[in-house]
Amino acid sequence: MRRFVEIVRRDLRLALRQGSDSVMVVTFFVLTVVLFPFGIGPEVNILERVSAGILWVVALLASMLSLDRLFQADYEDGSLELLALTPTPLGVVVAAKVVAHWLTTGLPLIVAAPVLAVLLHMNADGFGVLLIAMALGTPTLSLIGSIGAALVLGARRGGVLLSLLVLPLYVPVLIFGVGAVDAAVQGFESQAQLLVMGAILLAALPLAPWASAAALRQALE
Amino acid sequence: MHRFANPARFLRAAQLVLPWSAGLTVALLAAGLYLGLLGSPADYQQGETVRIMYVHVPSAWMGLFVYSNMAIASAVALIWKHPLADVVAKASAPVGAGFTFVCLVTGALWGKPMWGTWWAWDARLTSMLILLFLYLGHMALVNAFDDPTRGAKAGAVLALAGFVNVPIIKYSVDWWNTLHQPASVTRVGMPAVDPAMLTPLLLMGLAFTTFFVTLLILRVRSELAATKIRAIRMVQVHGG
Repeated sequence: MRRFVEIVRRDLRLALRQGSDSVMVVTFFVLTVVLFPFGIGPEVNILERVSAGILWVVALLASMLSLDRLFQADYEDGSLELLALTPTPLGVVVAAKVVAHWLTTGLPLIVAAPVLAVLLHMNADGFGVLLIAMALGTPTLSLIGSIGAALVLGARRGGVLLSLLVLPLYVPVLIFGVGAVDAAVQGFESQAQLLVMGAILLAALPLAPWASAAALRQALE
Repeated sequence: MHRFANPARFLRAAQLVLPWSAGLTVALLAAGLYLGLLGSPADYQQGETVRIMYVHVPSAWMGLFVYSNMAIASAVALIWKHPLADVVAKASAPVGAGFTFVCLVTGALWGKPMWGTWWAWDARLTSMLILLFLYLGHMALVNAFDDPTRGAKAGAVLALAGFVNVPIIKYSVDWWNTLHQPASVTRVGMPAVDPAMLTPLLLMGLAFTTFFVTLLILRVRSELAATKIRAIRMVQVHGG
């Protein structure tokens, strides 16, 4: 547990000192969402209808774009190998790195989402659910994404490949995330969708670091 | 199973199986196609287009079957480190992607006269499309490394992660579909398929399975030969 916290703190410190990471993700999120009214047109009712979908799809992309930061730098400078040599199980190392990744990229998305929801004229009833759904969904994205990020280490054209690997696996999070917000906006209960999202998160929590660790071990062979 | 982990032994066994599976494929395909295209009645609602089913449904089965096959081979490769299991998983992926693609294309061809549209965001269609993307991702990952064994290992982890996700994706797509499109396009149900239609369908299903076995053997053989050639080239480069 102490090592877990150590790794989280190390990654956070690195992210803060190198700066830009979180800022870039949020900037991408905001910019891409702002592009949609230009593409679809400024009609309030259309934007309101598609707002949940846009926010989720762009959050997915933003979370995915930052995934290569998860292991790539450590892989290149060799510190990943040293982390793998420590007595800490590799799964715990992965979990710690995922937590740091979520804190630097997922959390800013959650903070930015309601502001963008206002810009897209989302019904105010959906805001609370949007926040909860994002809080449940973005950690799952980081967890699932860590498998993809570990798999493409050392691959040619890793970035493009990563999107092909990870996006199909993101579909359930997208469906239930949008479903929860849509239900809330239309005045229905969204508890079921949120519970399913929680279930997916709980399933991904032990499984994804384990799978990522298996993938990392092969990258480090 | 462990007996056949040895590539040489596998090749000898494959040599024996191949003519049988190839012959069986031809015979089953001939019988299935004859019964499907000529020997079975046209559907009272769908007319002659129902015959698309005899290709569409078996290829959908095979799309799923091959993915499970790939996942099992990947698990074997990861757990027992059989070199052949990696090859089987790698050789299966393009075939499975082919079946899934055929399923989607025939589905579109069937959908146009029946539903009046090439594509509907029907739950089954959508999950097949995602399955195709899973196949494509696997193929791209396996071929993305300079070292083929590294690609095979990464592919094995991905196949297993995908396999765990397939039911979740299927379930969530079903949910999504009922949420967004309340039965605007419902597939014509097949509660009880007439035996006259069921027989060719099952024959075609068997034919597709033996076809897969034949292709798999051929692909594994060529993959092993390619590995050998690579090894010989390495020796030539380093030792020559």
